[in-house]
Amino acid sequence: MSARLFALAVGFVALLTLPYWMQGIYYINVASQILFYAIFALALNVLVGYAGLVSLGHAGLFGVTAYATGYMLQLGFNHPVSLLVALLVSLVSMAIFAVLSLRSTGIGFIMITLALGEILWGLAYRWISLTGGDNGLSLKTRPEPFGYSLSDVNAFYYATLITFLISLAAMAVFVRSPLGAALMGTRDQPRRMNALGYHVWAIRFWACMFSGLLTSVSAVLFVYYTQFISPQTLALTSSAEVLLMVISGGAGTLLGPIVGATLVVAVKTVVSGYIERWNFLLGAIFVAIVILMPEGLVPGTVRLWRLMWRKRESGAIKGGVGAKP
Amino acid sequence: MTALTVSALTKSFGGLHVTRNVNLNVEPGERRLIIGPNGAGKTTLFNLITGELTPDSGSIKLFDHDITKVPSRRRAHLGMARTYQIITLFGRDTILHNVTLALLGLSPARWNPLIDLKRQGHFVEHAQTALEKVGLGHLANRPLAQTSYGERRRVEIAMALTQNPKVLLLDEPFAGLSIDERRDVHQLLLEIPRDVTIVMIEHNMDVALEFAERITLLHFGEVIVEGSRAEVVADPRTREVYLGH
Repeated sequence: MSARLFALAVGFVALLTLPYWMQGIYYINVASQILFYAIFALALNVLVGYAGLVSLGHAGLFGVTAYATGYMLQLGFNHPVSLLVALLVSLVSMAIFAVLSLRSTGIGFIMITLALGEILWGLAYRWISLTGGDNGLSLKTRPEPFGYSLSDVNAFYYATLITFLISLAAMAVFVRSPLGAALMGTRDQPRRMNALGYHVWAIRFWACMFSGLLTSVSAVLFVYYTQFISPQTLALTSSAEVLLMVISGGAGTLLGPIVGATLVVAVKTVVSGYIERWNFLLGAIFVAIVILMPEGLVPGTVRLWRLMWRKRESGAIKGGVGAKP
Repeated sequence: MTALTVSALTKSFGGLHVTRNVNLNVEPGERRLIIGPNGAGKTTLFNLITGELTPDSGSIKLFDHDITKVPSRRRAHLGMARTYQIITLFGRDTILHNVTLALLGLSPARWNPLIDLKRQGHFVEHAQTALEKVGLGHLANRPLAQTSYGERRRVEIAMALTQNPKVLLLDEPFAGLSIDERRDVHQLLLEIPRDVTIVMIEHNMDVALEFAERITLLHFGEVIVEGSRAEVVADPRTREVYLGH
């Protein structure tokens, strides 16, 4: 346990001081990207990991928030109003999404979310008067909360970090809560949960809404980061990418999606500068993870770590017995 | 007043009539045994009573309150609990967590996303007490995956009992148990207070007959014989259909 706490403390301090030891604006920007994609992965993990519902349409919801923010700003509203409206629109979209897809679970759920995601992508592509079609929407400015302009790389990083930490804390609280326990119950034994008096559908619905909220939060950071949104963001590949973050890191764990997001974003941005066929590399990494640690990087590492310690401990005991004359 | 009244209940899957015009009156505190050959519709009857299946026609009353249209999750809140023929538990969690989930199911706190469940002392204590009662107190923190079949049966029963049911439906509680385990579960069932009405499906005649006061014999979805233990056992139709000669 103390090893875990120590690792978390080191990670926290490293994140907090990142702009001081990380050389170059580029890498600080990569760190910001990792953090908001980590929030997105946390959001999807609520469904994939804790509810047992695999969504392939989350990039569509992500896009709804991003477009709503961009569109409101283009209409001339200020940042807080645009953000509020965007969040509201996203939550309503999520509710509709949930009502439609929760008619089913398993493969059915995947297919419905996939279809809904594709519909949103199609709308982004074709509803040119609203979305600008293939040209997308550009955001002229980033907001300036409390007088700190987020156009500054470090300021944007810290804003993202704070949002990330709040999201992570919210996840940690949720997972330990009765509602979290109920959600995991519906994942493992929905029939039994129903017989015990739980409203399985409603529990799943609220899980979708929580997931939707975190998705919107990450999308807002994304759209302010890139200051641009195009249909590409809503494509199926984006949904699949986040799903891979969750699964490679470890679905149903708190830290897994964060590790997964780090891996994917690092390969996509940094490694792609050195290796032209980075997609191939990412694929190879995923194959390796699936073969070596099918439960994901975080649970897999914990397993290996425990195995190592147990070996060492049993070795020590043997040594101790031998040393006793 | 009866604890459980089933009137003219009918259910068919396509052309297969699984439940045909079944009537059942179970008095408060009664121990009722439902027997019948495989495929007689016993478990289907349970699924209809608990609301997991919707009947084609007929009605179900719990203490004179019509629950035919009440969704199954609400029936748990009205005092109905069940166990499953095939053990249906939360394999990733500890025994204690399994029982805690049963307690939480009837508490408004189940909607709370902000408090720490493990720190809710009353839930944990209550669950622990329930486990002591079924003789599993010392295993409370063991993961369910590391327990025996007989222990799991008792966890199922403990979960049902912690919900303080008025009517308890047991679907083959002795199935698959060793002689020792059977004795433990039997003892456990005998200790359930009389304010709980029990309806039980069971094939193990030696334990079940001793437990039951009244017996209902189902065959092809129909009630063939019903009466006191002695009446049903003596009835020639029981021998014909079920017990054998």
